[in-house]
Amino acid sequence: MTLTPAELTSAVSGGIGTSPQRPDGNLKVRGEFAYASDLWHEDMIWGATLRSPHPYARITSVDITEALKVPGVYAVLTADDVPGRNLYGLEHKDQPVLAVDVVRYQGEPIALVGADHPETALRAMKKIVVTYEVLEPVVDMETAVDDTPLHPGGNLVRHVPIRRGSQDVTAEVVVTGRYEVGMQDQAFLGPESGLAVPASDGSVDLYIATQWLHVDRDQIAAALGLPQEQVRLTLSGVGGAFGGREDLSMQVHACLLALHTGKPVKMVYNREESFYGHVHRHPAVLYYEHGADHTGKLVYVRTRMYLDGGAYASSTPAVVANAATLGVGPYEVDNVTVDAYGVYTNNPPCGAMRGFGAVQAGFAYESQMDKLAEALGMSPVDVRVRNAMTEGSVMPTGQVVDSAAPVAQLLKLVQDKPLPAGTSSDIRELPGGVSNTTHGEGVVRRVGYAVGIKNICFSEGYDDYSTARVRVSMVNGSLSAAVHTAACEVGQGLVTIMQQIVRTELGIERVTVLPMDTTIGNGGSTSASRQTYVTGGAVKAACALVRDKLAGRTDIGDEVIDETTEWRHRATEAIDPVTGQGNAHVQYGFAAHRAVVDVDVDLGLVRVVALDCAQDVGKALNPQAVVGQIQGGSAQGLGLAVMEEIQTSGGKVRNPSFTDYLIPTVLDMPPMSIDVLELADPHAPYGIRGVGEPPTISSTPAIVAAIRAATGLALTRVPVRPEHLTGT
Amino acid sequence: MTTSRRQFFGQAAAVSAGVALSAPAVEALAAEPAPAGLVDVVFEVNGERQKLRLDPRVTLLDALREQLGLVGTKKGCDRGQCGACTVHVDDRRVLSCLTLTATLQGKEVTTIEGIADGDDLHPVQRAFIDHDGFQCGFCTSGQIMSAVKVVEEREVRTDDQIREAMSGNICRCGAYPNILEAIKQAKAGDR
Repeated sequence: MTLTPAELTSAVSGGIGTSPQRPDGNLKVRGEFAYASDLWHEDMIWGATLRSPHPYARITSVDITEALKVPGVYAVLTADDVPGRNLYGLEHKDQPVLAVDVVRYQGEPIALVGADHPETALRAMKKIVVTYEVLEPVVDMETAVDDTPLHPGGNLVRHVPIRRGSQDVTAEVVVTGRYEVGMQDQAFLGPESGLAVPASDGSVDLYIATQWLHVDRDQIAAALGLPQEQVRLTLSGVGGAFGGREDLSMQVHACLLALHTGKPVKMVYNREESFYGHVHRHPAVLYYEHGADHTGKLVYVRTRMYLDGGAYASSTPAVVANAATLGVGPYEVDNVTVDAYGVYTNNPPCGAMRGFGAVQAGFAYESQMDKLAEALGMSPVDVRVRNAMTEGSVMPTGQVVDSAAPVAQLLKLVQDKPLPAGTSSDIRELPGGVSNTTHGEGVVRRVGYAVGIKNICFSEGYDDYSTARVRVSMVNGSLSAAVHTAACEVGQGLVTIMQQIVRTELGIERVTVLPMDTTIGNGGSTSASRQTYVTGGAVKAACALVRDKLAGRTDIGDEVIDETTEWRHRATEAIDPVTGQGNAHVQYGFAAHRAVVDVDVDLGLVRVVALDCAQDVGKALNPQAVVGQIQGGSAQGLGLAVMEEIQTSGGKVRNPSFTDYLIPTVLDMPPMSIDVLELADPHAPYGIRGVGEPPTISSTPAIVAAIRAATGLALTRVPVRPEHLTGT
Repeated sequence: MTTSRRQFFGQAAAVSAGVALSAPAVEALAAEPAPAGLVDVVFEVNGERQKLRLDPRVTLLDALREQLGLVGTKKGCDRGQCGACTVHVDDRRVLSCLTLTATLQGKEVTTIEGIADGDDLHPVQRAFIDHDGFQCGFCTSGQIMSAVKVVEEREVRTDDQIREAMSGNICRCGAYPNILEAIKQAKAGDR
């Protein structure tokens, strides 16, 4: 088997609007789909990473002498061995490939070992002597800006202010709150892995599980001091991503070791190292004040929010902008004051995770809407509908929402769904399950609602595009198409969607998806719910070029039609740095949830009984995949609501394992009734609206609202744990 | 590209106290006793007899992936917390990351590579495709190996019982509703 992934060919009917089988499905159910951790090269050696045990320390010396003497060791590398720029980052180049003089988070890479076996590498790592002067870490996001500066420019990564309407208007009914969101982890099941193969001309091939091949390549090339064309990336099988593979992990490390030793180098993180090896969702502290009139109409929203970016910036600037611009939720509010701060601390670095800033704000503004409903004596749905945004509404940024925004309709859809049957006496259907903690005594069932808003695609003037190549030739007497992009399939089903688009555009059933790599132009990131929109748009555009050349022919003989094109969505604008005004976003997506929750109020155990959702997707190109995204996003929102948190103490991670970092199992995931609206967005290919993230936003606050209703507790922090419900 | 993924790691995994064993061809394990620190194990994997000489610390998961080239069984956590490495040993589902290969003398092991009949998928594999019971697919080998046994377990009947029986297999993509439907389809066909 080669390192290059399989071409995926399907010859079935199934254009857009249908749900054909995934072209990688057969391989995946047979265990034959090659994930990055399955890669193997007969000459390869293994790379390992020495990481800092301290969240903040000065490095006074690194001695690799003894490590180099371990039999089987090919190389031990430190910052001195980085030939190019030893700083990288998605937005700010502030993160060292290997630490120099200082470490700013626990787990920061300091040295690399290449050895004949993973255990040899581990033994050698233990012989590297690093001496530290341990420093007092900065861990409080609210005071970080005034604390010890961790970077030359201080600890403020970005402040996004938004000023709209009156800044001093008053209201009849005012509710305030302080909310906290814990640090969630993507916890993709396939740990980081990659294999770098050096070439004799000094260039390198990297086979890697990532979300964005080209931005990886550019950062790797800069660090290696190589021209971009001498760094070639191919996507290997990706075991989930959810934002956690948007930043580099071992990409540069594996290439450094490969070029230094002349050997292919494989690196695989174990689960504990994975917790240190990728960025997490920003924990946040959010202060809100909502003012409304006696009818429930919002008069103003004021918020100050802090997002903890940890030691390096990663995508913090964009996360802060999302939290700010989406900070009042899918509601019409004339008077808005937002100050959102992203800061550096010595906590683990945080960046992209599904929902990207909108999740943190969503928990807070939806908690506020429930509080407002209570203060007004209104129902939670009524107060939301009273303020619901519609097409034509104006965002706090001044941007007009110029396609469907069916917020009230989504809320009513979930409200009108039948409720599940009453509390059971079967212990499997009760909180605690077969732990047999109750037979129904102490169990209270309540309902909670939430709705959320998410921007789709990249924002703030970013030149967001994708490149697609479609090639058509005759195979066995029939037209056959191949589609090639650098857009990363991470499990969402982009490979299926691309085939469907080709079938619809060209009427060709047999479609091959070629491996994704950097031999073609940039596909953009698999994030911001954007690939079906942008790469889908590029494939559609390339098909149009092919269709012109086909000119209706069904037999083209020996001719090969091969067209490549770039496609970009409509431009966005930067926001004003003082007022936050500007057409920052391409598109908005909306979802609403109703959660039904049983709470054992004596023991603090929660069982989500039902989690129903309604979402507008513009056009469901693949209805089955759309429902899968809604289920998956809702499950991750459920995790944040009641169990998932990387707990830190003094900057140190206390629970880097699946024993202590809990993820929803099938027992935690309730049945979902899902309504999918298809209100076409005239600006988007086929009218689609990005699907993956909106359901992650509203599921968390809906569940917490139900737990609040069951317990009468304020519950201003997620995840809600049993001790928060019992006061123990 | 001169690369392959075949019988992986002759050179390693079988490492003891710092001594890397140079690739022992399986058939070369003769009658002579294993050197100090190593053990010989003879067992069946997917119907084929395998003889391995290895460090007693080597888990079944590592032996499958690194010595037998069966990488369909996945390492999600290596601590028995995720279920991605589920295989069958003598017809019971076990976590291969918590099973020492040295304990498998004379046992029969079945992995994800061993359940289809040539091109014909096992009904549970078929059901996972029909119901889109996965996204990234990394947990799928383990889900299917668990599900094959759940389908056979007659005392598991209701949705809640299936959930309980599948609760050791995490799916981070959250395909649980579809996994449940897939198992119900396979169970219906099994009756």
